[in-house]
Amino acid sequence: MTSSREWPLWEVFVRARRGLSHQHVGSLHAPDAPMALRNARDVYTRRSEGVSIWVVPASAVVASSPDEKDAFFDPAADKAYRHPTFYDIPAEVQHL
Amino acid sequence: MSVQTQPALPLLAGYALRLGDDALVLGQRLGEWVAHAPQIEEDVALANIGLDLLGQARTLLTYAGEVEGAGRTEDDLAFLRDERDFVGCQLVEQPNGDFAVTMARQLHFSTYQLALYARLQHGADPTLAAVAGKAVKEVAYHRDHATQWVLRLGDGTEESHRRMQAGLDRVEPYLEELFTGDDLVSSLAADGVAVDPEALRPECDAYVDAVLTEATLQRPVPTWHARGGRSGRHSESFGHLLAEMQHLHRSHPGASW
Repeated sequence: MTSSREWPLWEVFVRARRGLSHQHVGSLHAPDAPMALRNARDVYTRRSEGVSIWVVPASAVVASSPDEKDAFFDPAADKAYRHPTFYDIPAEVQHL
Repeated sequence: MSVQTQPALPLLAGYALRLGDDALVLGQRLGEWVAHAPQIEEDVALANIGLDLLGQARTLLTYAGEVEGAGRTEDDLAFLRDERDFVGCQLVEQPNGDFAVTMARQLHFSTYQLALYARLQHGADPTLAAVAGKAVKEVAYHRDHATQWVLRLGDGTEESHRRMQAGLDRVEPYLEELFTGDDLVSSLAADGVAVDPEALRPECDAYVDAVLTEATLQRPVPTWHARGGRSGRHSESFGHLLAEMQHLHRSHPGASW
């Protein structure tokens, strides 16, 4: 049997129900895409957590670098005006 | 070993017991893989499949007890019967072997069980039909899972091919029993309650043979056939399985969560 270290890693995304977007739920090892889908079904949806699964090779994920963290994210920290918090919300408006 | 005279069960109770014992014993075998599978993902997959089977067994044994009318519960039937009172087929009690043996057993049994339940869900007994109707989706996944592995192991490396072929060779003698009827099943099948297992064979052979061909594997020609499981005669390892499955309940009667 091939050891798990030789099997590629897959990132798993599950949509909990219609109308929601897929959410990242974790990762797992599998020899190929069809088996990754099945493993994801068994590991992440066995308690009725989902109606749809995506699996993506972890190697296909392009991630931001921790080294770029300051330049990427800090400038947004003091831009309070980008948040829609300067409106008076009528009391009748619900679900906002 | 104490050989007790089995009380004459209503035919329907006997049939539900056969279906339940097949599911119970295979579920117990698959549970043995937990923490021993090649992958943690496969631990979870085999445990899920085992728990599906346990769920089927619980309903079927409960029903067998009700039809029997002697007050026996699912626990009484699962944990307090002796070896000769179990009427499951010998295929499901066969030791797990390596992963390929388990997948060979799983491919054959889930193919058989899917064909069986697909018919039974339209059967004349409402309870058996309901159990089969719910379980048919579970078993469709079991068959798919086994199929995926047989394809990959058969058409994989030299060693995986060799082991997969050995697994198929190991379980082949136990298949004849799955498709062999007897008076009990014939009588119930005539009323539309049971499914004649002989009728399932062409469909099951066609499915398995197609998988094996794609997996570059050979369908073995067995030199002998196991028989007797349905009348309580079991293979050597079954007593050990029962000892492990039953000892907690027998040591602590009435224990519950």
